[in-house]
Amino acid sequence: MASITLAGVSVEFPVFNAASRSLKNRVLSVATGGAIDRRTDGHVIVRGLEDVSCAIKEGDRIGLVGHNGSGKTTLLRVLSGIYRPTSGSAAIDGDCVSLINISLGIDPEATGRENIRLRAAMMGMRPDELRKQFDEIAEFSGLGDFLDMPFRTYSSGMQLRLAFSTSTAIRPEILVMDEWLSTGDEDFKHKADKRLREIVSTTKILVLASHSRELLQKNCNRILWMDHGRVRMDGPANDVLPAYFG
Amino acid sequence: MYRTFRTVGPGQNKRTGYMLPTRTGFVADAFADIGAALLKHHLATTFSWQDVAQRYRRSRVGAFWLTINMGVLIGALGFVFGTLFRTPMHEYLPYICVSLIFWGFISTSINEGCTAFIGAEGIILQVRMPLFTHVLRTLYRNAIILGHNILIYPLVLLSVGRMPTWDIFLALPGFVILTLNLLWIMLTLAVLCARYRDMTQVVQNMLQVILYLTPVMWMPKTLPEGISRLLLDLNPFYHLISVVRDPLLGDVPSATNWMACVGFAVVGWTAALLLFSRYRHRVPYWL
Repeated sequence: MASITLAGVSVEFPVFNAASRSLKNRVLSVATGGAIDRRTDGHVIVRGLEDVSCAIKEGDRIGLVGHNGSGKTTLLRVLSGIYRPTSGSAAIDGDCVSLINISLGIDPEATGRENIRLRAAMMGMRPDELRKQFDEIAEFSGLGDFLDMPFRTYSSGMQLRLAFSTSTAIRPEILVMDEWLSTGDEDFKHKADKRLREIVSTTKILVLASHSRELLQKNCNRILWMDHGRVRMDGPANDVLPAYFG
Repeated sequence: MYRTFRTVGPGQNKRTGYMLPTRTGFVADAFADIGAALLKHHLATTFSWQDVAQRYRRSRVGAFWLTINMGVLIGALGFVFGTLFRTPMHEYLPYICVSLIFWGFISTSINEGCTAFIGAEGIILQVRMPLFTHVLRTLYRNAIILGHNILIYPLVLLSVGRMPTWDIFLALPGFVILTLNLLWIMLTLAVLCARYRDMTQVVQNMLQVILYLTPVMWMPKTLPEGISRLLLDLNPFYHLISVVRDPLLGDVPSATNWMACVGFAVVGWTAALLLFSRYRHRVPYWL
């Protein structure tokens, strides 16, 4: 059973201004004999999330809404296991894949084939899995002979095709997305949409951050409304969406 | 109360992502990270080959530029210092060859270890991957470069008409203990430099000084009379380079060399693990 349980999660970022980030200043301030208070040594703290609690179970399709800076990305990172909460607890059960930046790890000078390998490694695919899926990925991208050309020679649409085909080849239990991925020309867009819907329906838990009401309405059954790092509203899509979009 | 979790790579069949209640500073946590990185070492391998390939893409000679550069350096320094120290070339040239190749490996590994986490910021903030993977990647990258450079060694031996002895095989365990030591140094520096960005510069400076304090260009036997052996024996880098270099030059490293290396590794890893378990979770916040 895949599940995510957040209890009283807070995330605080230390902001190291020039005065505290460097060792030099720490040593110098000791040497000059100034009064040092560890707590007032210039640490500014930005609170990204504050006391967030929620239980997500299998079958949940969570939509994340909120204004810029409301903590959506931070929450996505907590859910993907990147940030460990500074207080509270986060228990994430199940393997989690994020489709946030699908071009991460791509080398423009490498060929399409090499990039499929690089991108797949970045997604956490093991070599034997990749061998099984490689042809399917290559075919889905529809790039044909261009797969042997350096990535930089591709048009931006073709680049996205390659990144998309590779990134969507895995079937995680928990899928985290920041906005819907829609790519390529009409023809590919159709194929891509179909593939994305397929992943969304097979994944056990979906977390999708979006600003599009239509998209959220279509894919999510539960909406978390984030505001200033706190959960402002958490409930069925039909209740929260009208409240948020007004 | 802190709780954390471990996830194994997606698509694996066995039940993944079990919870592991723990506190910060729980060493099992650090072991889990390192274990996962070793288990998924294909990640480090893939990325490190990629790093090397990327640097020499579209060059005809490719990564063998490394070999050429190193070869020229060895030839030039060998000639200059061999003359200065009045050491016969058939003795000095192989010495400086092996010394420079392995010192290059040691110093770039440590230098780049400082930026292992900083340089992987994009990955660390987007993908859940063991942090130790980034340290391994840096080490592998430098090992690949070492592999290119070591090709000069047989050429130099041939050119001065020397034959390797069976002792050469002792270089293998020596290399293992050397990399074990490098790994803990790199892990420690990767954590510290992510937090204190000036550390990178400090380390660079220290490596410069260590290069001159360690017998790399000069030979231990050229130390003038009356200078204490302590200059050598208290320098861990002397022991680290000796366990690999001596066998390649037909000598057997001393028991002191080996004991120092093993001791350095044990003490170092203990400290590195404590540091890593304490601050592993803070690293993404520092980037």
